[in-house]
Amino acid sequence: MSFTQLAFYFFAAVMIFAATMVITIRNPVKAALFLVLTFVSGACVWMTLEAEFLAIVLVLVYVGAVMVLFLFVVMMLDINLSRLREGFGEYLPIGGLVAVLMVLEMAIVLSADSFDQQNMPRPEPEAEGYSNTKELGRLLYTFYVYPFEIAALILLVAIIAAIALTLRKRPETKYQNPAKQVAVQREDRVRLVKMAAERRKDDRS
Amino acid sequence: MIPLAHYLILGAIMFCLSVIGIFLNRKNVVILLMSIELLLLAININFLAFSHYLQDTAGQVFVFFILTVAAAESAIGLAILIVLFRNRHTINVEDLDTLKG
Repeated sequence: MSFTQLAFYFFAAVMIFAATMVITIRNPVKAALFLVLTFVSGACVWMTLEAEFLAIVLVLVYVGAVMVLFLFVVMMLDINLSRLREGFGEYLPIGGLVAVLMVLEMAIVLSADSFDQQNMPRPEPEAEGYSNTKELGRLLYTFYVYPFEIAALILLVAIIAAIALTLRKRPETKYQNPAKQVAVQREDRVRLVKMAAERRKDDRS
Repeated sequence: MIPLAHYLILGAIMFCLSVIGIFLNRKNVVILLMSIELLLLAININFLAFSHYLQDTAGQVFVFFILTVAAAESAIGLAILIVLFRNRHTINVEDLDTLKG
């Protein structure tokens, strides 16, 4: 058994275990952390497929940004867990049946001869000096340049939507108005009062 | 060497796990969003496996776009979740029935 095989089966096992924990664990924070583990093992599995750039992007974008966002939101919301867990196992039999049937069907189909070693041999590893990032960049900026720009637009829409959804004016909060502060005159703040001199009552002198 | 079928079966198992996750946690919107993320990850494994075994980089480009759309989707989904919690003080799917006639 080669090292690649060993790595693939190990990371696949970790991935399946972590995904199972994500869907069954009680605490959403722990679920988010197990989702991080799933994504990191997924990145390692992608590494065995020689998709280095996407593996790193998965770790950077998903583990670094999206999962942190998930953790933030989960910790920000004060959730009543017991109510959310009501009827947790209610649909387990039918859901489990559907899932097991799907896995079995897919396994039967995928174990066909079309996907075995003879008909679909694993290609030789790329030669030294080959850059997956370069190859992907070449494709993205030539053949797929319009889809690439549409992807950028989708991200922009996501930014605007997320900000517009969560932005709110709170009338009860106190804030400073810089224009008013700058425009203030001496007369608005200082009042000179004419009065006779007074002596303090406990003055001993 | 690892046959292509093993990658595809891994993708199928991950897909089914996320489907069963949607069945189990149908009240908790956060876990539902996480299950959708798992679903997209499972699909991406298939794309990358075929991309590698057929020596066609187009599959990787497609995974790139799926990652973009998934990130946008989860950002908007979480924003909606926050607005929802602010207005209704719950994320239980069963309580979100204000549109019911």
